[in-house]
Amino acid sequence: MSQTPNSTLPAQLTEVIEEFAELEDRQKLELLLEFSRELPELPERYLNSYDQMEEVVECQSPLFLTLEYDDAAGTAAIFFAAPPEAPTTRGFAAILHEGLSGLRFEEILAVPEDLSERLGLSKAITPLRLRGMTAMLGRIKRNIRAHQAGSAPGQPG
Amino acid sequence: MTEEKDFSQYAHPDALVSTDWVAQHQDDPSVVLLESNEDVLLYETGHIPGAQKIDWHTDLNDPVTRDFLGPEQFAAFASAKGITPETTVVFYGDKSNWWAAYALWVFTLFGHEDLRLMDGGRQKWAAEGRELVTEVQAPAAAEYPAPAQRDDSTFRAFREDVLAHFGKPMIDVRSPLEYSGERTHMEGYEQEGALRGGHIPSAASVPWAKAANEDGTFRSRAELEAIYTEQAGLGAAEEVIAYCRIGERSSHTWFVLQHLLGYDNVRNYDGSWTEWGNAVRLPIATGDQPGAVPGA
Repeated sequence: MSQTPNSTLPAQLTEVIEEFAELEDRQKLELLLEFSRELPELPERYLNSYDQMEEVVECQSPLFLTLEYDDAAGTAAIFFAAPPEAPTTRGFAAILHEGLSGLRFEEILAVPEDLSERLGLSKAITPLRLRGMTAMLGRIKRNIRAHQAGSAPGQPG
Repeated sequence: MTEEKDFSQYAHPDALVSTDWVAQHQDDPSVVLLESNEDVLLYETGHIPGAQKIDWHTDLNDPVTRDFLGPEQFAAFASAKGITPETTVVFYGDKSNWWAAYALWVFTLFGHEDLRLMDGGRQKWAAEGRELVTEVQAPAAAEYPAPAQRDDSTFRAFREDVLAHFGKPMIDVRSPLEYSGERTHMEGYEQEGALRGGHIPSAASVPWAKAANEDGTFRSRAELEAIYTEQAGLGAAEEVIAYCRIGERSSHTWFVLQHLLGYDNVRNYDGSWTEWGNAVRLPIATGDQPGAVPGA
């Protein structure tokens, strides 16, 4: 059972992982904070309509996500919303956004579950918080599988 | 809430300060403000000017053994935050001061004299439109001599202490579903679960957040007495033990019982459910009733 090497992951995700891997624990937190600041604003169409989005209840702070699909290209765009009082959660969301949004369905589905470990955050952040990121990834994959099966639950449009 | 609350209603009025008090003491060299949040990045997004950060995960715990810092590590940590044994240390944080109370309780174990919570925490400070800054001030140079010991007997309980305590009141501060045993973990904290669900027999259920108002401040003494002294049946007990999952939520309740209501001898069982619910042959009660005292 060998681990999928980072080099076989999508390039935009590998970049994020390598950015974190190079840093000391304290600097990792700073980078996570930077990511949290860069989480893109929700598109107009989702503002004030979180009920159209899926709440990731495994996160310790409120986090909502939704996917939009381009079936011709076979790609998924991912949107997140999290309050500014939850910078860690926002940071995780921004990592996933930067690393996964816009990729092809099969690329996202192939992302390994141990993504949070690969970022090397487990010493700086409690493991239970990192679970939030794993939960986000799990929900993203579940959404894509449901979409592929033709019954995306809770998706707008 | 614009009216200032009268802290003299509480048993130890000095254990609380108001946001006003903190604003007035920002340049007071005898005061050190420590922000302790559940979200370990929140301090960096903005904090009260001059406040130092305390990361409950990396600053207060031994990195290997499940225990807190030893006296020497504590002294080094306190010195690095500009604290001496004479310093008035004021804690505040997110989520109704949940993690701030935890940090305050850990400081208590080392015998630090003057420890206070800012009532309402970060939420109240921000809601009042007060200043938050991202600039981190260098702490004053300070030398904290290592305390002779960490006192693990006065305010901290181990599982042997809990077994010896049966027959006296206990408070379980977790959520109702954790208490009843339907859930072995708190929502969102799956990894910190336990093999068995339920509660320590005879412990009353009072979820920790009942002690807080919507704005993050503590409830009035009369309200707290109704909740703990009457409904939870603490009465005039001399000894009380509080526990939760890992001892952080119960630090909040410990503060309420020890400092706001003035119970003489309140101990926090920090092993809590992640120890009890995983241990072999310890008694457990399930359902929404406290259950009988074992062996009674």
